[in-house]
Amino acid sequence: MTQVLINAPKTAKKGEVIELKALILHPMETGFRPGTNGRIIPRNIIERFTASWNGNEILRMDLSPAIAANPFVSFFAVATESGKITFRWTGDEGFAVEESVAIDVA
Amino acid sequence: MLPVVFAASFALAQVGADRAGADKRRSGYQDMGAALQKMQDDDSANPGMLFVQLGQQLWSKPAGAANKACADCHSIADMKGVAARYPAMLKDGDKPIDLEGRISLCRTANQQAEPFAPESRDLLPLMAFVANQSRGMPIAPPQDARLTPFREQGAAIWVRRQGQLNLSCAICHDDNAGKKLAGVTIPEAHPTGYPIYRLEWQALGSLKRRLRNCLVGVRAEAYAHEALEYVALEVFLMDRAKGMIFESPGVRP
Repeated sequence: MTQVLINAPKTAKKGEVIELKALILHPMETGFRPGTNGRIIPRNIIERFTASWNGNEILRMDLSPAIAANPFVSFFAVATESGKITFRWTGDEGFAVEESVAIDVA
Repeated sequence: MLPVVFAASFALAQVGADRAGADKRRSGYQDMGAALQKMQDDDSANPGMLFVQLGQQLWSKPAGAANKACADCHSIADMKGVAARYPAMLKDGDKPIDLEGRISLCRTANQQAEPFAPESRDLLPLMAFVANQSRGMPIAPPQDARLTPFREQGAAIWVRRQGQLNLSCAICHDDNAGKKLAGVTIPEAHPTGYPIYRLEWQALGSLKRRLRNCLVGVRAEAYAHEALEYVALEVFLMDRAKGMIFESPGVRP
């Protein structure tokens, strides 16, 4: 089960600067820690986070092993048109999650 | 004799005045920085809410031989206040059980399913979901005389020195609360936000995990996971925090 929490305004004025927040459940295992059996736990992190507005990429972020579990990303965007904001996380072990929210720009 | 009586009644009056006036007890929330407080208050930034959401899904997922979900017997509204009340005695039980114990009991007895492992990815979200229903309510332990011996047991553990550091819970959390242990403010240890998302753990954890954490910290041997000592301590701590506002899922450094 993948868990995502997104906070984005449902409506915005054209040209308004809005804050978008995205939180995801993920262990962000660094690949440097030994497990209880003494062996190194293989790295399992989110490598990339992207956000796109109606298919146009507005943010791309590379994540590193130093980022804590359950990464929280907050950023700003200018509201240009109504439509869909899509958040996408991809990473190790085939991790790929996509979540969208609708926004009304008047 | 007279001065003693006078002193005693004076002390009582003081306690009464303190109760009536501002409550001097502090939740760990009040000792955190503004950034962490905001993190806890904002449901889209509080990582504990991820687990609440997960718990909500598990709530209506059937399990076990009985193929029943929590939602088949309980309404979510019934869960309001439950976490602010536990640990409690079962109707015909002889020892108190905490929220974790209650959920485990429901799982094995009513759902006839495998018990959850302690601190597991199934148990914690369910606890978080149930606890979240009591957010904003005052902590209200049940008025049950059968709890008294366990509360006393908990109180005795609270003041008992243990571990290689030879410290009791009370030495830090009563006598030195508010002062610093290295860079960290020592909290008063009121269980207002459990299960909490602790940044140090990078995970959600129960009060039991926190208690084990402290026991290891004073270099004592932690009680076994199923030990009654934890529940007794919880009974004592919930009584000590009576009337404080329940804030689960809390965020703590």
